[in-house]
Amino acid sequence: MFIAIFSLTLLGGSLGLFLGYAARRLKVEGNPLVEEIQAILPGSQCGQCGFPGCAGAAQALAAGEAPVTLCPPGGREVVALLAAKLGVEVNLSEVKDAVPQIAEVQEELCIGCTKCYKACPTDAIMGAAKQIHAVFREACTACGKCVDVCPTEATRLIPVPVTLQSWSWSKPILERAAA
Amino acid sequence: MNLFSSLFSPFRARGGVHPDGRKDLSVEPPIRALPMPERLFVPLQQHVGAPARLSVVVGDRVLKGQLIGASGGNISAPVHAPSSGRVAAIGDFPSPHPSGLPTATITVEPDGDERWIEPDVPDDPFSLSPEEIATRVGAAGIVGLGGATFPSAVKLNLSRKSGISTLIINGGECEPYLTCDDRLMRERAAGIVEGIRLIAYAAGAAEMLVGIEDNKPEAIAAMRQAAAGTGVQIRVVPAMYPMGWDKQMIQVLTGKEVPAEGRSAEIGVLVHNVATAWAVREAIRFGRPLVSRVVTVSGAAVVAPGNLEVPIGALAYDLIKASGGLASDPRRIVLGGPMMGTQLPHLNVPMVKGASGLLALTGKEIGLPSPAPCIRCSSCVRACPVGLLPLEMAAHIRAADLSAAVGLGLKDCIGCGSCSYVCPAHIPLVHFFNYAKGELASLDKAKLRQEATKKLADTRNERMQRIVLEREEAARQRAAKKAAAAKEKELA
Repeated sequence: MFIAIFSLTLLGGSLGLFLGYAARRLKVEGNPLVEEIQAILPGSQCGQCGFPGCAGAAQALAAGEAPVTLCPPGGREVVALLAAKLGVEVNLSEVKDAVPQIAEVQEELCIGCTKCYKACPTDAIMGAAKQIHAVFREACTACGKCVDVCPTEATRLIPVPVTLQSWSWSKPILERAAA
Repeated sequence: MNLFSSLFSPFRARGGVHPDGRKDLSVEPPIRALPMPERLFVPLQQHVGAPARLSVVVGDRVLKGQLIGASGGNISAPVHAPSSGRVAAIGDFPSPHPSGLPTATITVEPDGDERWIEPDVPDDPFSLSPEEIATRVGAAGIVGLGGATFPSAVKLNLSRKSGISTLIINGGECEPYLTCDDRLMRERAAGIVEGIRLIAYAAGAAEMLVGIEDNKPEAIAAMRQAAAGTGVQIRVVPAMYPMGWDKQMIQVLTGKEVPAEGRSAEIGVLVHNVATAWAVREAIRFGRPLVSRVVTVSGAAVVAPGNLEVPIGALAYDLIKASGGLASDPRRIVLGGPMMGTQLPHLNVPMVKGASGLLALTGKEIGLPSPAPCIRCSSCVRACPVGLLPLEMAAHIRAADLSAAVGLGLKDCIGCGSCSYVCPAHIPLVHFFNYAKGELASLDKAKLRQEATKKLADTRNERMQRIVLEREEAARQRAAKKAAAAKEKELA
């Protein structure tokens, strides 16, 4: 019996020491999770989550200080990816899947003040002083910064118009057959 | 004959179903020309690939066959005026698509003269080089007329470069109701055979096979007679859906299977439809671009079903009117065949190059049973011509697990509808797969977009930093200049 106790204690002790040494010796600098999370986030630095850009949000997520549902432009897709990455359970049906939106400049209200295109984080607005501005649909992420700065409320977010190229079949709804 | 040939044929098809043909509705009357409608609506996108680029303005006078939309890229096709007349409008018009969303369309008002462009044709088409034939096929706007609408010239060039040995002409026409290819083979066999020889010459194929289902004996006889002594071989294949799927046809005729996500050129085979062969002959022999096609008008709601030679851009309404109108209110209007066709929202949409049929179906014909739970009978597994597990894939898609469905081979699904057809619980299986394919495509698009956004944001940040640095530098230089000027003053 003493032999068993002795051998197991020795085994546990030596393995513990080895693991302790390995943890110090092979320590990873920085948190690789932050970078992985940052790759999932849209990267437009819009700041809607309340953190200073996507890097800040990624750090908060990695530290567990922010919910995975923090990114409005990312939608349900990003929530699902973040939840999978962080091993968090999340009820996707409660996540409001925002209809994909896009910024629009209403030409009759635009005074050409250039504020919106200076604020745009992805250079999606084109314009010049005293010229009507226009939005590049492909580049707009609907972050809403242009809406905040517009002095005449000429910019607004509208749902992305459906075209023949973007149209797709809806999910079939199966009704329960009458019993 | 049927049992015999299918028992002893060297190669058997996988899966498949045997829907009621209902071809006798429209097969007897010969092909009639549609009376020229008052207006033709020609969409710029009638093919797979980039849309054509507009090359006319409103008010232009055009001749029949004149270019009105030039090819828009490497994989694209031009469109031509279907009749002589005036360009009345250019703008959005409902497209023949289940959504009915508008698409860029040229409206031509025919003047009734039917004046063709001056043809530029050689006495002997075989004196042209294969490259020249492919170029002319491309310039004539010919696309796969079986329904896939892939630009034919691209296929010809690809086949010549990859060195194919066999040309298969698809006369399967396995979709119920459709008889346009059948009528075409009965009435224009000699022209089709010449078209086949031209395609084989342009693609560098030594062997020419025509696969025709055994439910079209008249077409087989006509094609055999026309093909005698030309090297074109007519092969009879068992009537089965989806025999007209190119990979199925290849397997039955040659015994070779096209690899998953692969192209038929990889195993040395090129497949074209019989109507495409006819269009190629018209283009090379007479210099006539693709401006019309044969369309089957059928269904129990149509008074006089039959086949019409239709100018591209005629409205579905014009076709129904020319077929005696509607006997009863149709429950569903379908463009193409009932298995893979698209449901049309209304009759106010134009016929395009890929339109093989226009069906007005009654409620009795389609039947609208409500879906019941899956009983895991695996009828769909036996019916699937690709060898997939439709019931499992649909269950995963229903539970929003798309990656599991992809793992089961969702991307190989051809959407033929055989599984939905046999399902005793009436589960809309193919609808699930079409939905999932659309969802996957939009996810891919979103990913590309996200990458592009990141790049845009990065370039902007870089630029902003540079601007700040440049400003600081300029301020420093100004300060230095000021200091130097002050010093000079002091010295003076």
